Amino acid sequence: MLKLGVPSKGRLQKDTISWFEKRGLLLKRTGSEREYTGSISGVSGIELVLLSAGEIPKELAKGRIHLGVTGTDLIYEKLPLHQTQIHIVEEMGFGFADLIIAVPNVWIDVNSLHDLDAVAAQFRHEHGFRLRIATKYHNLVRKGLRNFGVADYQLVDSQGATEGTVANLTAEAIADITSSGATLKANHLKMLSDGILLKSQASVFASKNADWSGLDSQKNDLCKKMGWKDLIL
Amino acid sequence: MQNERRAAIRSEAKRIEKYFIDSGALLIEADSLLSAETLLDLYGEDIRSRAYVTNDPVMGERMMRPDFTVPIVERHMSEGAEPARYTYNGPVWRMQDAGSKRETEFIQVGFEVFDRSNPAKSDAEVFSIFNDILPNNLQTSTGDVGLLLTAVIGLKTTDLRKAALMRHLWRPKRFQSLMELFSKINNKNNKKNSYSKHSDKGLQKAIKDAGKFIGLRSENEIYSRISALRHDAKTSPISIEEASVINKILNLKATASEALLVFEEFEKIIPNMAKAISGFEARLEALNKRNVNVDKLPFEGSYGLTSMEYYDGFVFSFSDGDTIIASGGRYDALTAVLGAGREIPAVGGVIRPDAFIRGGEKC
Repeated sequence: MLKLGVPSKGRLQKDTISWFEKRGLLLKRTGSEREYTGSISGVSGIELVLLSAGEIPKELAKGRIHLGVTGTDLIYEKLPLHQTQIHIVEEMGFGFADLIIAVPNVWIDVNSLHDLDAVAAQFRHEHGFRLRIATKYHNLVRKGLRNFGVADYQLVDSQGATEGTVANLTAEAIADITSSGATLKANHLKMLSDGILLKSQASVFASKNADWSGLDSQKNDLCKKMGWKDLIL
Repeated sequence: MQNERRAAIRSEAKRIEKYFIDSGALLIEADSLLSAETLLDLYGEDIRSRAYVTNDPVMGERMMRPDFTVPIVERHMSEGAEPARYTYNGPVWRMQDAGSKRETEFIQVGFEVFDRSNPAKSDAEVFSIFNDILPNNLQTSTGDVGLLLTAVIGLKTTDLRKAALMRHLWRPKRFQSLMELFSKINNKNNKKNSYSKHSDKGLQKAIKDAGKFIGLRSENEIYSRISALRHDAKTSPISIEEASVINKILNLKATASEALLVFEEFEKIIPNMAKAISGFEARLEALNKRNVNVDKLPFEGSYGLTSMEYYDGFVFSFSDGDTIIASGGRYDALTAVLGAGREIPAVGGVIRPDAFIRGGEKC
């Protein structure tokens, strides 16, 4: 069986189901609404696996699913070795989200990473500790800030409601995924003009670590239906 | 095989340790688990991608020792007598880039000199001891962070700009982009953020209009940065001559004795380099006395400006082409940072015995 992992709930799941449906592949949940099992009609020999979008990168890396749908942000954050473990098959054109850095609106002297770096130096001097940036994307943020050359900051972990940390005085700035910017606005924050650390969207990924032997016919059927040239493994 | 190799590394480490003891060093021990806070304050958040972090419910975040320098300096600053020579021998742990084949655990044997009498002599002492004990087919690199440091301090520009450059001395890309910015006549970034046409009232209004005031950074801090930016907008650019000296330092590749001749030219444009240059000259003499051929010793102006953030003077390394087998340098400023008000000139280095043991054999 060729295993396809898709998000187990929410908007991402709905969009994924309709994306596959347009190409003649029907993904269905079996059992009750709350049961995490599913089936696929349209091609044979493919099993649907419902997983949390955050688990899909790891499952792909371990090779326990052959294909998976998740956001590029999660792949880059969770799999530093993604180039050797997985292959991107197709970008799906939804689930757009950018990993951005945001600061309070009232910082009228700050618009860019250059400003953030200068303020980080000033802040450490004034307050005696490094400027705090709240995020759950530690690897991506650290890498992005290192590439630019921002110093004197610290990352504080925030697994949710990250935009609220500045008002709660637990961070001075945030780095988070945003799609529309509405949450930033509601929390009195603004994006830095050059602070987009990653542009992400939902994509189909193939695992290079999964056992693909004996799955040629499923693979070919799927490629034909999806218009994929190959899964290039 | 693995066991044999480890045994060979241990015995090689022991041999180097003995050589250092015979050269006058006291053998000392250091903790393996260090305070993460000290290292984070010193190196910044980037250290998290280089060192392993672990957690203690009471002591908080601890880091697996990525090198011995910090614990040795801390120990010397709190209880050491002067002058002092130390050696240590034990494992360090380094997180490597994803996919890298580099080892995450290896042995370092080090030699450190804390001595304020004659820095040039101490530099030469450390270098020649390393030079003597290492195989003689290795590639040598040397540099001197002090030259760039004194050049930056000697620029005819504001303290604000010098501080910004100094802060990024060890991040070459950012350093160069700041140099470019400060060498331009029209600094666009300043114009946008300095609100040059706003009165004090106008600034207050601008902040008010920006929305609800949130966060720990105060209104005064915002004003004070804007006033710094306004001041900066009136600063004349760093001159072409001075900028070109900085560029030439960064791009210089020569032998140590050739480099000295070029530095004398630089000193005419940035006189503040004088002290570092005479120090460089004194070091060459001291090296010469210890039979190091400075006419053949390679020198790079940008050497030591990456990854070795605490070095602020002489820097050196020995490599086999792929792997750095030994490296070291002077770190006077670090002793001040960790010394809580005290400081002492310090220079030292480490050898990785594993790097020249292949299989079970010494090569």
